[in-house]
Amino acid sequence: MSDTATKTKTIRTDYLARVEGEGGMRVRMRGGKVLDVQLKIYEPPRFFEAFLRGRQFSEAPDITARICGICPVAYQMSSCLAMESLAGAEVSGQLRALRRLLYCGEWIESHTLHIFMLHAPDFLGVASAVELAKINPELVETALRLKKIGNEVMRVVGGREVHPINVKVGGWYKTPSRAQLEALVPDLEWAKAASLEAVRVVAGLEFPVLEQDYEFVALDADGEYPIDRGARLVSTRGLDIPIAEFFDHVVEEHVEHSNALHARLLERGAYLVGPLARFALHRGLLSPDALAAADEAGLEPVVRNPFKSIVVRAVELVHACDEALRLIAAYEEPPEPAVEIVPQPGWGHGASEAPRGVLYHRYRLGTGGEILDAKIVPPTSQNQRSIEEDLFAFVTAHAALPEEELRLRCEQAIRNYDPCISCATHFLTLEVERE
Amino acid sequence: MSAKNGHRGKHKVLNGTRPRLAVWKFSSCDGCQLSLLDCEDELLAVAGAVEIAYFLEASSATAKGPYDLTLVEGSITTPHDAERIHEIRRASKFLVSIGACATSGGIQALRNFGNVPDFISAVYAQPQYITTLRTSTAIADHVKVDFELQGCPINKAQLLEVVGAFLAGRRPNIPAHSVCVECKRAGVPCVMVSKGVPCLGPVTHAGCGALCPLYARGCFGCFGPMEQANTEALAAHWAELGADRQKLLHAFRGITGNAPEFRRQATFHE
Repeated sequence: MSDTATKTKTIRTDYLARVEGEGGMRVRMRGGKVLDVQLKIYEPPRFFEAFLRGRQFSEAPDITARICGICPVAYQMSSCLAMESLAGAEVSGQLRALRRLLYCGEWIESHTLHIFMLHAPDFLGVASAVELAKINPELVETALRLKKIGNEVMRVVGGREVHPINVKVGGWYKTPSRAQLEALVPDLEWAKAASLEAVRVVAGLEFPVLEQDYEFVALDADGEYPIDRGARLVSTRGLDIPIAEFFDHVVEEHVEHSNALHARLLERGAYLVGPLARFALHRGLLSPDALAAADEAGLEPVVRNPFKSIVVRAVELVHACDEALRLIAAYEEPPEPAVEIVPQPGWGHGASEAPRGVLYHRYRLGTGGEILDAKIVPPTSQNQRSIEEDLFAFVTAHAALPEEELRLRCEQAIRNYDPCISCATHFLTLEVERE
Repeated sequence: MSAKNGHRGKHKVLNGTRPRLAVWKFSSCDGCQLSLLDCEDELLAVAGAVEIAYFLEASSATAKGPYDLTLVEGSITTPHDAERIHEIRRASKFLVSIGACATSGGIQALRNFGNVPDFISAVYAQPQYITTLRTSTAIADHVKVDFELQGCPINKAQLLEVVGAFLAGRRPNIPAHSVCVECKRAGVPCVMVSKGVPCLGPVTHAGCGALCPLYARGCFGCFGPMEQANTEALAAHWAELGADRQKLLHAFRGITGNAPEFRRQATFHE
């Protein structure tokens, strides 16, 4: 070890696996001290905000869905909400209930994908869910069925699972019948039971030790666990603002190693969005069974070990199933599929809770309903700084680990965030250099 | 078939001789790769029938080529990617491009009609950190492609057909007609005729199952143009329905706007 006291060492992963999109990491160390950490995002930029300019407000849901194949519903919802806020219209009642249901489908699909297919392999020492299936076929088969049920909800409500076609500003092109939704109930009841079991399974995993003092940020949805909308942005350190004031408190910075912009709170710096934040701020609003499952899993009211995000995600899976079942039970076919939207010139703001965290959209419309300016802040760009801070803290605390083990743990630490790099690029390679 | 038994059985018997599959990502949203993972009922059987040699979104285990079948998602938008696709082509026996990005340049090809330096400064504060090409182009614009599977996103049943066909050594059975034909077969009343809603169905490649008309909206062309699409006639009909120049421009210059048939038609409405 004495040789390494003066040399720079680099731990790097050029192409991170089991994340959505292209990124890597680099950690540079000297003598067991971390010099710097970079979450590298080389997913090529796609310039959505630029080519949204000049398009009609009504095109935003179909265009912005294409930012992310994993969470298209999040993009559709945030863009619709922004346009509707500008038109002074509110999509309420059953039209809104269907939006929340569609979003529950996306949470079930996306959380299942991440828990079992992307993240669990890290904890179990395998390369993929396919390898996991050789050791524990029942677990993978359960995961695939759960995922399929989430997709089925999206298909029935949205038309298809990737880039749904049924979402429009103002509501829907066509609303489903009661019978179509009721047909989902037996599967969702199975999914609920499987999700409860998933909480038990992931709670039994071994968690690397790391406690971080995060500022958690999530939407506030007026007495509901935030999913499809939220009028205010709140934090565990007293942030409480209407979403229209997002950019009064959040700044985005462009750093050289990332094609995603880094967001930070103007007053305090790094913050964290996603399951851990929603749980820390709104745990009491979870369904009774989801809350009981969290307690049984031994989760503290505020979880500061990012490796335990997998447990919180499973708890949210229970909640999403409960919500979906509740919404279907209360469903009545609405008389009209949409409310009329008369676009108004000015600035519109919309935010929803993508599976990975707050997704904020801001648009400026012209007099003819055309988009003059668009700004989209995805969850992963908000989390980039926290990811880097986690890597810094983790490598500092575990510098003595063998290099390969350290590299694998760093990758796992990044996957704690379920980073969506396709989204953030407008966003990942880990290199660790040891001097 | 029990996926579990099928997977384990095949894995045992064919281990070491299974065809090698690779899945690559270029500029894209990940949705088409996800479509493979969305084949929940078939995934383990597919994983048993092939060796997944490279599929970064699903596995951290990667193996060098050569690959028997390569699936490519995404479009070429950086100088590095323009090089990388040639390496992948050299390592692959069959190369299939999947999705609107890989087959037409995708929605990010809207940059091809704008000013890229302006685009960069619209999104990024430090434009000097961004390396990008002025265009987003299809994989076939760079290397020989053995088959193109259109769609934004692709239809997962069609993806399974394509994988199965190449593994069996035959051409994939993917219908080349229009969405219009699918719509008629599904017995959906024509949204243009019955409601006067402009629809790209007559010129758009089949594969979605006429989804938008089924949901009472006009097709917006996410599967891209069919071969020999009569875009002139459709544009004229849209004009009769009251579509103005800008609406026509945006209709053809959308998710698959860089596909030659749509690109050409859009220029008439600039």
